[in-house]
Amino acid sequence: MYRYDEFDHTLVTERVHQFRDQVERRLSGELTEDQFKPLRLMNGLYLQLHAYMLRVAVPYGTLSSTQMRKLAYIARRYDKGYGHFTTRQNIQFNWPKLEETPDILAELAEVEMHAIQTSGNCIRNTTSDQFAGAAADEIEDPRVYCEIIRQWSTLHPEFTFLPRKFKIAVTGADHDRAAVRVHDIGLQMCRNEAGEVGFEVIVGGGLGRTPVIGQTIREFLPKQHLLSYLEAILRVYNQLGRRDNLYKARIKILVRSEGIENFKRLVEEEWSHIKDSALQLPEDEIARIETYFAPPRYECLDDTVREFEVKRFEDRDFASWVRTNVTAHKEPGYAVATISLKPTGKPPGDASAWQMDAIADLAESYSFSEIRVTHEQNLVLPNVKKADLYALWQSLRDVELATPNAGLLSDMIACPGLDYCNLANARSIPVAQRISERFSDLERQHDIGSLKIKISGCINACGHHHVGHIGLLGVDKKGEEFYQITLGGSADENTAIGKIVGPAFSYDDVVDAVEKIVDTYLNIRSEDEEFSDTFRRVGLTPFKETLYAAH
Amino acid sequence: MPLIKEGVLVEDLWQSIADEEALIDGPVVVSLERWQSERESLLARNTPLGVRLKSDQSPALIAEDLERLDLVALEFPKFNDGRAYSYARLLRDRYGFKGEVRAVGGVFRDQFLLMQRCGFDAFEVADKAAAEAWEKAISEISVTYQPGADARRPALALRRNRPAA
Ligand code: HEM
Ligand code: SF4
Repeated sequence: MYRYDEFDHTLVTERVHQFRDQVERRLSGELTEDQFKPLRLMNGLYLQLHAYMLRVAVPYGTLSSTQMRKLAYIARRYDKGYGHFTTRQNIQFNWPKLEETPDILAELAEVEMHAIQTSGNCIRNTTSDQFAGAAADEIEDPRVYCEIIRQWSTLHPEFTFLPRKFKIAVTGADHDRAAVRVHDIGLQMCRNEAGEVGFEVIVGGGLGRTPVIGQTIREFLPKQHLLSYLEAILRVYNQLGRRDNLYKARIKILVRSEGIENFKRLVEEEWSHIKDSALQLPEDEIARIETYFAPPRYECLDDTVREFEVKRFEDRDFASWVRTNVTAHKEPGYAVATISLKPTGKPPGDASAWQMDAIADLAESYSFSEIRVTHEQNLVLPNVKKADLYALWQSLRDVELATPNAGLLSDMIACPGLDYCNLANARSIPVAQRISERFSDLERQHDIGSLKIKISGCINACGHHHVGHIGLLGVDKKGEEFYQITLGGSADENTAIGKIVGPAFSYDDVVDAVEKIVDTYLNIRSEDEEFSDTFRRVGLTPFKETLYAAH
Repeated sequence: MPLIKEGVLVEDLWQSIADEEALIDGPVVVSLERWQSERESLLARNTPLGVRLKSDQSPALIAEDLERLDLVALEFPKFNDGRAYSYARLLRDRYGFKGEVRAVGGVFRDQFLLMQRCGFDAFEVADKAAAEAWEKAISEISVTYQPGADARRPALALRRNRPAA
């Protein structure tokens, strides 16, 4: 993991002092709420329906056990005993008091964390593959570049007042777990013909009101030019991005209106001036950051672990958890374990303070003290010996964290919706809860297989419904909550925006509709076909027919 | 408008001339439109000249003229319209402009550091109190991670220069 040196420590500490001063100026009345707003937003402090919300950055989703314990402490001491992991690999606290927020930031600084740029129209926390460093299909660990980007983008003087927020994602693997095609900039590590590693640069993707799949602006960018190329894109966007309409301000709109060819020309022209400037990344700097992400001291193990196979054979519950929540590791004898934060009937992504403490302990015992946050709002222990999986699973069960549903239907993403958000048309979390209750039989979920349901309470798409295999969007029909259903979305290397299946369903009927879609899939799938494969083969028609047949 | 330069309030020796106003003697700042239409007569005056750019007017529009200008004022119609940060960088880094780059409009103490790092060296502020906050505003964060148009050395350079541990 990355460790702060004196420069990083100094910056976050000074930042805490600066924010404390700003909060004092607000509390004394020197600053009005209007003047304070942009300042607090630069430190992740939002004003929500009921209270302030503090969003803490978890850079590229990597946490140490010490950091997790601190988050547990903050949840207990400053909040109501829990935190909420988000789709951008961050954590949010929903009940901090304004006057205590500088103390929270000071606590975070002690464990090398902060809330810088978790909101506002700046470059946000860079996200990555939650299996980075452990995945078998990886070219290189993308977190090295995420950290380089984190530093470059932190308090970047030129890009603090962009037209709109700006999100960058990096993946080092062929199978895209970081959704790089729906980010403002996506970086896909790749090799050129000479075998050198660099980046395919994708620009102008995004969800929200206008979902757009990003386009490739450069097939291969050598590593040393990473920052100058990003700076060139940002500089073009900062000057030309629309500022007259909030909903047209993202880079995706600029790329579309310029056309990718012209946009590329502008970027490359800018880049030609700064390519060989001080932004060039020296090899020794890359090597320096790489040392922080060196693999932990794995033991030399056989990949077949007898006691693990025996337990799997003897204990069906364990076997079903292994099937969904355990993923192949690049090291023989090791595995990646996903901890589901989606137990039936609970808000997705929530974890209590005692659960966070328990996870910190388990990471120390079984995973070289490392934890990851996924953009599907789960947690991951990336480096578990297969021989330890059974003990790990038993401990997780004790703290209600062993739900065997990673990647299954009940592993849903739902935005806060009408219960917490003043922009919502409809509830999200209660719909997620009703769906997981309807499909509470895990055997049935296993039979259905990989299926991503994503729910947003309004067109802002915080629940990423556009890229759900089944997407639900809350709409308002004469003051009543309705849900428009889209099918066939995907955020991986086959990125697709879901297609609207037909007229929306009421709050009461929407769960039946989801069930009909699932049943239709089960009827028409050919052997081993996942939902998204079936959809690609047959399209909307069969689903339309069963959904609207009776009408 | 109070003017801050090098951290202190100074007398503003420049006159900003609205388009419908007649020119006066001494250093003047005019809009881009006026500069473009009265370029020859302005140059013939032989007094210091400045051009004021709106936030949708890139300095590329006056790149050829910068040698003859002593000041470029960049407008912030709102504090959160950040285009002029890039314009200042272009003026300094791309065009090598050595004259005054002045921030006008929505200019608050919490932006001084960012503006200075992008190459601004003069700041028109709404109230004088902002000048008292100057020193703190530009020094409260001492670490920079990226090269800018200022003299601060980014962490990368400092790290590379330190003796091996
Ligand atoms: C009360 C709470 C919330 C409000 C008022 C809110 C509001 C918004 C708005 C207005 C947008 C659209 C921004 C744009 O078009 O650029 C947005 C986007 C987004 N929100 Fe939220 N949000 C809330 C909570 C959340 C939560 C809890 C999450 C994560 C779990 C979240 C994740 C996102 C994401 C990922 C996007 C970006 C979609 C994209 O453009 O790629 N939001 N939100
Ligand atoms: S999608 Fe809409 S309802 Fe849901 S959190 Fe975002 S803004 Fe609120």
